[in-house]
Amino acid sequence: MDGVESIDGAPAGRSPWRLALARLLQNRVALAFLGLFVLIVVFCLAAPLWSTHVAETGPNDTHTLEKVTVDGEKRDVVSPDGQPIGPVWLKAGGKFFLGADGRLGRDEMVRLMYGGRTSLFISLAAALVTTLLSIVLGLMAGYYRGWIDAVIARGLDIIWAFPVVLLGIALGTALAVGGLQIGPISISGTSIWIPTLIIGVVYVPYMARPLRGEVLALREKEFVEAAVAQGAGPLRVMFGELLPNLWSTIIVFFALNIANNMLLESALSFLGAGVQAPNSSWGTMISTGFELIQSAPLLTILPGAMILLTVLSLNVFADGLRDALDPKSRVRLEVEAHSGLIEPEGPAV
Amino acid sequence: MGRFIVRRIAGMIFVLFAISVIVFLIFNVIPNSEPAQRMAGKNATPQLVAAIKKDWGFEDPLPQQYLTTMKKIFTGELISYSNQLNVNEQIKKGLPATFSLSIGAAVIWMFFGVIFGYLSAVRAGGLTDRLLTVVAIVGISMPVFVLAAVFLKYLAFDTGIFPAGGYVKLTEEPIEWAYHLILPWTTLAIIYVGFYSRVLRSNMLDAMGGDYVRTARAKGLTERQVMRRHVLRNSLIPIVTLFGLDFGAVVFGGAILTEAIFSLNGVGDYAYQSTVNLDLPPIMAVTLFGAFFVVLFNALVDIAYAYLDPRVRLGESAQ
Amino acid sequence: MSGPILSVDDLRVGFVTEAGRLQAVDGVSFDLAAGEVLAIVGESGSGKSVTAQSIIGLTRSPNARIEGSVKLHGEELIDLGEADLQRIRGARIAMVFQDPMTSLNPVYRVGDQIVEAVRAHRRTSEKDARALAVEMLDSVGIPSPEMRVKSYPHELSGGQRQRAMIAMALALEPEVLIADEPTTALDVTIQAQILDLLKRLNRERNLATLLITHDLGVVAEVADRVLVMYAGRIVERGGLDDIFYDPQHPYTWGLLGSLARIDQERTDRLPQIRGVPPSLVGLPPGCAFRPRCPHAFDRCTEMPDLGSRVDGEADHLDRCWLEPERKRELRQVEGRIGLEEPV
Repeated sequence: MDGVESIDGAPAGRSPWRLALARLLQNRVALAFLGLFVLIVVFCLAAPLWSTHVAETGPNDTHTLEKVTVDGEKRDVVSPDGQPIGPVWLKAGGKFFLGADGRLGRDEMVRLMYGGRTSLFISLAAALVTTLLSIVLGLMAGYYRGWIDAVIARGLDIIWAFPVVLLGIALGTALAVGGLQIGPISISGTSIWIPTLIIGVVYVPYMARPLRGEVLALREKEFVEAAVAQGAGPLRVMFGELLPNLWSTIIVFFALNIANNMLLESALSFLGAGVQAPNSSWGTMISTGFELIQSAPLLTILPGAMILLTVLSLNVFADGLRDALDPKSRVRLEVEAHSGLIEPEGPAV
Repeated sequence: MGRFIVRRIAGMIFVLFAISVIVFLIFNVIPNSEPAQRMAGKNATPQLVAAIKKDWGFEDPLPQQYLTTMKKIFTGELISYSNQLNVNEQIKKGLPATFSLSIGAAVIWMFFGVIFGYLSAVRAGGLTDRLLTVVAIVGISMPVFVLAAVFLKYLAFDTGIFPAGGYVKLTEEPIEWAYHLILPWTTLAIIYVGFYSRVLRSNMLDAMGGDYVRTARAKGLTERQVMRRHVLRNSLIPIVTLFGLDFGAVVFGGAILTEAIFSLNGVGDYAYQSTVNLDLPPIMAVTLFGAFFVVLFNALVDIAYAYLDPRVRLGESAQ
Repeated sequence: MSGPILSVDDLRVGFVTEAGRLQAVDGVSFDLAAGEVLAIVGESGSGKSVTAQSIIGLTRSPNARIEGSVKLHGEELIDLGEADLQRIRGARIAMVFQDPMTSLNPVYRVGDQIVEAVRAHRRTSEKDARALAVEMLDSVGIPSPEMRVKSYPHELSGGQRQRAMIAMALALEPEVLIADEPTTALDVTIQAQILDLLKRLNRERNLATLLITHDLGVVAEVADRVLVMYAGRIVERGGLDDIFYDPQHPYTWGLLGSLARIDQERTDRLPQIRGVPPSLVGLPPGCAFRPRCPHAFDRCTEMPDLGSRVDGEADHLDRCWLEPERKRELRQVEGRIGLEEPV
């Protein structure tokens, strides 16, 4: 049960990770919201199952001129004046469970699930991009200090000077037309990797700056000097000594980052600078749904609620993670904000 | 104080230069397509593309291109090829709406943020406190445009309590101006108020454990005097910096989305329309000016911070 | 003015914590008269600061249990309402704290903080209060007080900051001054200056001064009478000479023994009292010092009472069962007073 074996009868300790896990498991609220997030992910992953076996239609299949049997009665999927059918629930065996999505008569439930997959994928993948880049940049800046740090810190500050949505729009629109070429790899303008990379890069300062700050602080500590004195090279020190101490910060920021990414992706997609046709995400669904806000508000509210629930569950869970990893960290993060080291996570867009 | 300001401005100029380079790179270099084609937008005829190529100097070496582009933007020559409108003119037209929205919302959320933060710090652990935490977390988790859409539908379209969008000039009809902005203001304010009140609360709780608070009590000040003159005053200072960082981001971030939903014809709305049409010249200009605004505003905030906190201002010469 | 100004009787201050009840102060009694300096000495955790702060009710909180009596000129302070207590704080009993850098608000000018103290209690104009501030800064020996009054705390040196705090404390001419480790955060040379200042002010204004410290050197400089505290209780009480030349409690011997003295031969290692102060949660019965005392014997399992055991010295009290004769023998270690030979 205990993490460390006792030596000479000295009392054995439990590793900080064990303790953190124990604290986390006691936090019912955080666990509940983690459960909510998992539920949402499962919901979206089940898209092919629902689409094949229940709704019997794909996310892009249109049914404008068709009729659906509801409680024995045949009804228009899209009425002659363009009004899509509202939620049918189970009355048609699961088809059009949440209704149709507008003039095109697509199954809203299926679209919600597939759109979620896109949104979740982009949010997670972008978070990985951000985390990877932030770790590398943070370690390099903090370890080498000097001019390398100056360049990296300056660079991060400059990127951070752009309002996140604006930078996203700029990159999104510029790359939407022709796509991107990175060396031998060419990415089409409509690929979902474009918004993924954009969001990933835009949020690098958000994570890299705090990490850099922590590395700079850790750098001064004796165990780092000891490692260097023992002849450890830069890579050994960075990945062997510094990085292990950063994990708790990284984990919390990673969770928060997924939440921020979800908000940014939906905002950009809503504006038309994110996910491009033929792909769709919750953000694009809100964009099309908004046109029918008066007659079919659910088309806006449903994807909106999904975004809210996903982001909320991640934020609450991240709060719980932070509490578990360092019960005093709530105070610490906000104190460090005064020194410009970290900004407490405010609204993302 | 003077030296501080000079240094701050010098640093700022470098950042502004770097921003302009980045904007240039984003629009003219990074994408994998013909720059002239991109600029031409949707109604691109081959003649137009050729004309743009010549006009913008896309055959020239990069540094030359950079200068040409910057010249176009700053001398107000930039036009959108989709609708032939002068970009800088359009931006100017949109400024009143954007600032009305942002400043109004900021006043509201700061005002309530300070009140709620103060109350929840003084009554930590109580009902106000817990309610506030919930409001704060939901606020930062809510997509602002969804909230705006919901307000628009239920408080404007359906019930007619508020107008369904549009902007009225302050100078023409002040009451209508405010009336049209109430929903947009509320939308933005809801997102930020919880966050700010939590930050103030946390700062105040920190300050309350401080030594100078103990001294203040030992002097015989009433609890209220202690809270207001010592705890609150010291806790507001970091809020100023935070606000500075946020405000710039709001004006050209959250405001865009709110303007889009409420059709406020501001700069954000202009950016939105341009985005939908993939019309690049306006987006380029708005991005550049947006980043400039953020940097300038942050510099102002830094200077204000130095004024409020004497330690920063005099930090250089202190022993 | 007859009788003591401040009268503390069986003061007990406990805190309810997750780990149980923490009894920080367990039955402390003493009197303080005008013009005298009473020093309370002890290690951190002995309860000396809590005692001092409890006198003006600074330790009041939902999880605090305060019992006993603290009387200012016969007026009971323990159960006094907050509003009445606020009137006494600063005006009749003033307090100076350890670290003037953090004890003064960094964003207000020094003068303004003094003015605030004055105007909290008196109907004075801004102008008059400011003039008083300048006068006070002058009286504590700060040069160019009319300039300094407009300075921010961080613009003053450590010693000047502490002088400013003292000036602020005395501006309203209180009868009692409580100084909680006033010199601990200062350089040794500045310490001496501040102590001189306190002595002078004590004399000039006929103050009753309560000085909290862990440093016997400070005690020797300024105190008239001394209280030695350990684990929330007084273990010895007496005049300055009594304590330094005829200490009756082993803990006091330990404190004296660990002083480095230039008039005596250097020992190889500075003697320390072995062990650590006990946790104040669930203190075992008997003498609290027993685990660390090399002279403990079977009687020590019973808590000694605080009483006068030396003939002819009714004001010299201690809490040790040993006979005074035995004490005189035991406390001589290597030619000086100490607890035991350094290990």
